Amino acid sequence: MRLITHNMLSCNIKGVTNGFPLRIEAGNVIEKEVDFNPDFIRHMFAKIEWKALVEGARSMGYAELPEDSPDAAVLKSDEPFLKKLHHALLELHLEEGALVCPETGRKFPVNKGIPNMLLHEDEV
Amino acid sequence: MSNRPELLAPPEIFYDETEARKYTSSSRIVEIQAKLSERALELLALPEDGVPRFLLDIGCGSGLSGETLSENGHHWIGLDISASMLNVAVEREVEGDLLLGDMGQGLGLRSGVIDGAISISAVQWLCNADKSSHEPRLRLKAFFGSLYRCLSRGARAVFQVYPENIAQRELILRQALQAGFGGGLVVDYPHSTKKRKEFLVLTCGPVQTSIQTGKNEYDESCSEDDNSEDEENGEVGISDRNRPRKKRRTNKQGKGREWVLKKKEQSRRKGNNVPADSKYTARKRKSRF
Repeated sequence: MRLITHNMLSCNIKGVTNGFPLRIEAGNVIEKEVDFNPDFIRHMFAKIEWKALVEGARSMGYAELPEDSPDAAVLKSDEPFLKKLHHALLELHLEEGALVCPETGRKFPVNKGIPNMLLHEDEV
Repeated sequence: MSNRPELLAPPEIFYDETEARKYTSSSRIVEIQAKLSERALELLALPEDGVPRFLLDIGCGSGLSGETLSENGHHWIGLDISASMLNVAVEREVEGDLLLGDMGQGLGLRSGVIDGAISISAVQWLCNADKSSHEPRLRLKAFFGSLYRCLSRGARAVFQVYPENIAQRELILRQALQAGFGGGLVVDYPHSTKKRKEFLVLTCGPVQTSIQTGKNEYDESCSEDDNSEDEENGEVGISDRNRPRKKRRTNKQGKGREWVLKKKEQSRRKGNNVPADSKYTARKRKSRF
């Protein structure tokens, strides 16, 4: 699972009001190279929750993103920054570990890069 | 009918190790899936500005449909309930991210983040109650409701579905409309029983007025023999109870050339392989025969 997906995922348990962001418990993190496309990064930037991304990247051992969300103007020109964002969003994969719901503490295990988001019957 | 897998077992049990492998190694299924996802992507009508989009593949299975998305340069998340299918997808090294989840429990995604969703032959599974706690109507409602929330405004969702009967089709469509979607059904090859494919095209937010047309046999292959009847297919037939019934045209000479040509045309429209018309078509045999 990549951070771009983590940034979209929230806890779906019934009654949970604030199931985002899921905390990452990293077991094994791998990197896979993906073609860099600045247009896509710019397109996604508007949708990304910056704080969750920085925290997620930290817990996966990547600390090069700035704490505060950069301006949209930076994105137009700053190629190195876009590359960093690209790396964090698309190239870091969480292979083994778990996602933890911030409200209930429920753990969703991640095996072979696939988070198990199936809910038990009493959670629907 | 035994050829509907959703009647045999719930999806997470039906698609076990062997079935998942069988599914992905069958070249026929691979080809059909690729064609369907190609068509679904076309119906999504994403803006053609060269920017890759972030899409959702619901019921992605072993990632056959996702591959088409990757080929077109898009990034995607795949959701499926069968762990075995997802394992096959991992082995095949698909490019999208995979999630193990049940679409009937709702998609746990943030609002407004997805640029479009496709789903190939998956939504009809929701119409079956596989556990005592399952209620198809509620599961469809949870699914469409959460999908509506996570799609960005103006985004589309295209589902290729095989509804078992009219009631199922209505149930799916009604739940989709209740969730707030606009849109309707696009039918490809409406005359054929086998090739007929239904796509549910849903739009989030304002419905664009561009008209989607169903595909037809004529678009692709049979153009060489007769091009005159292309326009017939969009029309709706009206039956009038008070209109006098057509009299049967049977006489001693049999049905006649006209009738044979009509029947051949009908069969051609269904996509069957029909010999071309010639001067020998429906000609009377000699008396000495």
